[in-house]
Amino acid sequence: MRRVPQYAALVAYIVFLAFPLVWLLSTALKTPREMAMADPTWIPRDPTLANFADAFGEQDLVGAALRSLVVALFSSVLTVLVSLPAAYAMARYRGLLNKIAIGWVLVSQVFPFILIIIPLFMIMRDLALVNTLPGLVLVHVTFTLPFALWMLQGYVRAVPRELEEAAAVDGATRLRSIASVVAPLLAPGVVATLLFSFISSWNEFMFALVILQNPDVMTLPLTLVRFTGPEGVARLGPLAAASLMATIPSLIFFAIIQRRLKSGLMAGAVKG
Amino acid sequence: MTATVTRPAPPRGTRRARRRVPRQTREMWLLMLPALVPVALFSVGPLLYGIGLAFTDARNTRVHETSFVGLENFGRLLTDDEFWSSFKIGAIWSVSVTVLQFLAALGLALLLNQNLRFRSVARVLAVVPWAMPPVVIGLMWKLVYHPDAGILNDLLGTDVNWLADFSLALPAIIVVGVWTGMPQTTVVLLAGLQGIPKELYEAGEVDGATRWRRFWNITLPQLRPVVVAITSLDFVWNINQFGLVYVLTQGGPGGQTRLPMLFAYEEAFRYRMASYASMLGLAMAIVVLAVLGLYLWRQMREAK
Repeated sequence: MRRVPQYAALVAYIVFLAFPLVWLLSTALKTPREMAMADPTWIPRDPTLANFADAFGEQDLVGAALRSLVVALFSSVLTVLVSLPAAYAMARYRGLLNKIAIGWVLVSQVFPFILIIIPLFMIMRDLALVNTLPGLVLVHVTFTLPFALWMLQGYVRAVPRELEEAAAVDGATRLRSIASVVAPLLAPGVVATLLFSFISSWNEFMFALVILQNPDVMTLPLTLVRFTGPEGVARLGPLAAASLMATIPSLIFFAIIQRRLKSGLMAGAVKG
Repeated sequence: MTATVTRPAPPRGTRRARRRVPRQTREMWLLMLPALVPVALFSVGPLLYGIGLAFTDARNTRVHETSFVGLENFGRLLTDDEFWSSFKIGAIWSVSVTVLQFLAALGLALLLNQNLRFRSVARVLAVVPWAMPPVVIGLMWKLVYHPDAGILNDLLGTDVNWLADFSLALPAIIVVGVWTGMPQTTVVLLAGLQGIPKELYEAGEVDGATRWRRFWNITLPQLRPVVVAITSLDFVWNINQFGLVYVLTQGGPGGQTRLPMLFAYEEAFRYRMASYASMLGLAMAIVVLAVLGLYLWRQMREAK
């Protein structure tokens, strides 16, 4: 029984990590009446899905979820399209290029967002992109790009150059050899990068907060925050339900990626 | 058309004599272009512009009629009590969160590195905070801390409004910070642990070293580069934290949790002082670079 202290520690960790999640779920399943009672319980007395229905009934929330979906789809596809050629270049012509790219990723982590976001806001305003979804897509693409590039070039590097050369020897043109040899091998990596970019955009709050100030165009994270409003206990149930639903895409993504979590693969994925 | 990169492009016979840009270089830049343009326009450009703004008297609405004022904003910053209090709060926040996060993550990584039952439960749980939108994490903890409908008061038998209490709000958000950042650090440290050669431990066992000694003389030194890298990154992320705390407290109560970035955000978008907010950002960037530089330099010196 040498392991007792270790198990005790492991249980403590599990409790610490799990209890807020359990509470969120519990809150989402409670009736407003139970929410208003004096002492809260872990297990709802009569669990109900009404809060989820309520959340779906909220025009704002459904609209916001759809907008988030559109922004995340466009952002992720654009990010991958734009970074694929660059990733290929980085992987095939090593040297200075890589150093610059890595340098930029690090620099962009250190410099506070405020330095970038004020001028960005002004540029967006001059281009009439404030309060528009295309404006937000543009910003999301820009800020997901460095990391997507980094992921993709790793995947390109994993495709042996000899394969391309062999295709060339067989008389295929450069493009042809890339399309028929490299592309199929690259597909899983592209999918992973797409997913990552999608989640980054879906979760993003800060840029959206600055660029979307009109409630009619807000994305889901913004609308959720507005939803809290003045401390209304009665609204906590639908809020918890909506929060849970907002987490679903990321959970699916992590279920897929779980096995491939290597060190650093996702480091710095999403900045709060 | 060969695909090899090592061979230079064959010279074309009748060409005007000029310095030929190697075809590969041209190709490379062409491939890079679609990625470079947006980053230059919406990231590098704004950053440089933002640094420039710090030395002007620009307000958000009238950027086009600004003048250069040199270090005036910096002078104002040095004498601004609100800035110093937010700076202090930021320092407490980022140091505590970084250190606690690291210690908690190291403990968890060491546990996950052994053959314990339920390990997979902890492993999945350790990834969950990572998968959640920061806004949802903030709202979830708001529910935990909620004075009436929250569970925490019930568990502790207290009757406290955690996030609105002058002395408790900062510790309360530090806990959330640790919860949020721990998974990532755990995954990185776990990868580091798994990269330590088994032979080292075997040799240690032969020499009869206790588990504690093995940890102290093998694990930690081997892990060092990983530790330095992840704590540096965590520190930078924590000092620049915005979204999570904005959702939790908006900097309240009475500015007790107003991290530097929340302060800068207010200056920029509530008071429209673009130039002052930029100077704030620039000052914070310099502080971060100085702290990081010092830390990395000391680590390198010790490692030798």
